[in-house]
Amino acid sequence: MTKKFGSFTAVSDLNLKIQGTKCVGFLGPNGAGKTTTMKMFTGLISTSSGNALINGVDVKKDKKAALASCATLIETPEIYPALTPKEAMSMLCEIRGVPKSERNKRIDEALAQVKMQEWETKKVGSFSKGMKQRVNVASTLLSDPEVIILDEPSTGLDPRGMSEVRDIVKSLGNRLVFMSSHLLAEVTEVCQEVALIDHGKLLVYDTIENVTSKFAGKGNAVEVRFARDVDQAVSGRLGSIAGVQSVTKLNERQVRIKYDSSVTSQQSLFEQVAGLKVGALSLDAASGLEEAYLSLIKETL
Amino acid sequence: MSESDATNARVSTLTQIGIITKYNFLNYFRARRFYVMLAIVLIISLLLTVAVAYYQPFEFVGGTALGFYGAGWGSFASFVVILSTAFFGGDAISSEFQNRTGYFLVPNPIRRSAIYIGKWLAALIASSIILGAFALIMIGNGLYYFPGTIPWGFVESLAFAWLYLIAALSLAFAFSSLFKSSSISILMSVILLLFVFSVVDTVSSIVIGIEPWYSITYGAGIVTNILMDPFPAHMTTTKVGPRFTFTSFNATVPEGLAILLAYFVIMAVLGLWLFEKKEFTS
Repeated sequence: MTKKFGSFTAVSDLNLKIQGTKCVGFLGPNGAGKTTTMKMFTGLISTSSGNALINGVDVKKDKKAALASCATLIETPEIYPALTPKEAMSMLCEIRGVPKSERNKRIDEALAQVKMQEWETKKVGSFSKGMKQRVNVASTLLSDPEVIILDEPSTGLDPRGMSEVRDIVKSLGNRLVFMSSHLLAEVTEVCQEVALIDHGKLLVYDTIENVTSKFAGKGNAVEVRFARDVDQAVSGRLGSIAGVQSVTKLNERQVRIKYDSSVTSQQSLFEQVAGLKVGALSLDAASGLEEAYLSLIKETL
Repeated sequence: MSESDATNARVSTLTQIGIITKYNFLNYFRARRFYVMLAIVLIISLLLTVAVAYYQPFEFVGGTALGFYGAGWGSFASFVVILSTAFFGGDAISSEFQNRTGYFLVPNPIRRSAIYIGKWLAALIASSIILGAFALIMIGNGLYYFPGTIPWGFVESLAFAWLYLIAALSLAFAFSSLFKSSSISILMSVILLLFVFSVVDTVSSIVIGIEPWYSITYGAGIVTNILMDPFPAHMTTTKVGPRFTFTSFNATVPEGLAILLAYFVIMAVLGLWLFEKKEFTS
């Protein structure tokens, strides 16, 4: 599908088919066309050409049928300020045909998941941006949807809120989740596949493992944090681990280790770094996707 | 989230209109602007009540109940309609874009037309309460000074005012669909209904000599004129000096009704079409 705003092409011949039950991360720089794509899938804007289909139904032709089993969170929606979260969510339940006997239970469960149950009878107008976004996230869970479209769901949330949203997305295992995010660590943690878009064009759509191995240089990379300063001796010992290609010091207590792409090597690396007893605190595996991302985006500039 | 115990039912568009009406009215009813509008109407009513009680201007109104209602209700009913329209309809659609509430509502299995009609009905109910409150106070005053008499002309005027409200809300919603800024759409509704149409009516009839049948305020003239006995002539030509003649027009009841109905239908279709086409872009 293509979306043009006057002479500017925001999305260009995007052809992306996602199916199954999994989480797909939708990545790209600012202005790449991520939100525009998601808006076309939710009827907020229409395609200039092509079709956005959900479960085979064209959103442009029959939005009501297309979104019947799809919940969405696009950007940071506002809720009518004089309504309470419970009322706003009741409205969505009624619109979506959630059985009356189920409504209160589902609303209570959804609000509990985002830790907003004690605010359920307060007017939304008095809420902070983060609190509103929690209600928005909860609203996507109400109708037990098959497909969930999330556009940067962590926006406006504090670190705890972000972590909770990640946990919620991870718990949606039996659904298809299509989620855009700038947080590569978040995507790595919750998604199995990624689609990368830039200048309105799809660059790649594959599993994170494949994208990382294909585009993150010659090998994967991890960032390791230490409890004490990393000296030459420690760097040397890290470099001598089998499969390690290079060790780069990021700061006094953090290094980036590049290693070859096999999963076995990653397991071995984790065990061996811990086995060195040099004060390793954490190992962040997100950098592989970051490298792939930077490599792909750089290539399109 | 636990698995659902029951599947979701298909909800008809008609039911969804009712849902949107219910929650939008709840939002209106709890909002400050509803009470500001109610306070304005109560102040107007109070001033009229005090003025009538103090000056007892029954000779001025012809000593009849119809004249009494004409002076009170007839003078301010259109103003209340315009103000209610601006308060409840002026930004009804544009606020969905500017305040981003549309991002919560639109990406759901619901047609945009259901949202539009539901919001329109909620605005109509809120505005009708305001207009009804004004009418009740006027009836209270009327019954105090003319016991047991509610002239049929007032009942007709009330019905015409409600039709004017329906048409004006339709116009305001169309403008609200045109703009993304709440303040601009409210301002446009007020300026149009309060000034532009009145100026056009005057220029068209007096200067050009053409009946302003295309103007909503011209059609709404029946709200006041029905309270006059006799009903004003459709066309009056006044000679001013040796060379000039001025013509003034008054819409007949069928003509006024047709104009108001036409505004309601045309603006409803236009507003719906604009809302259907409008895109939620940042």
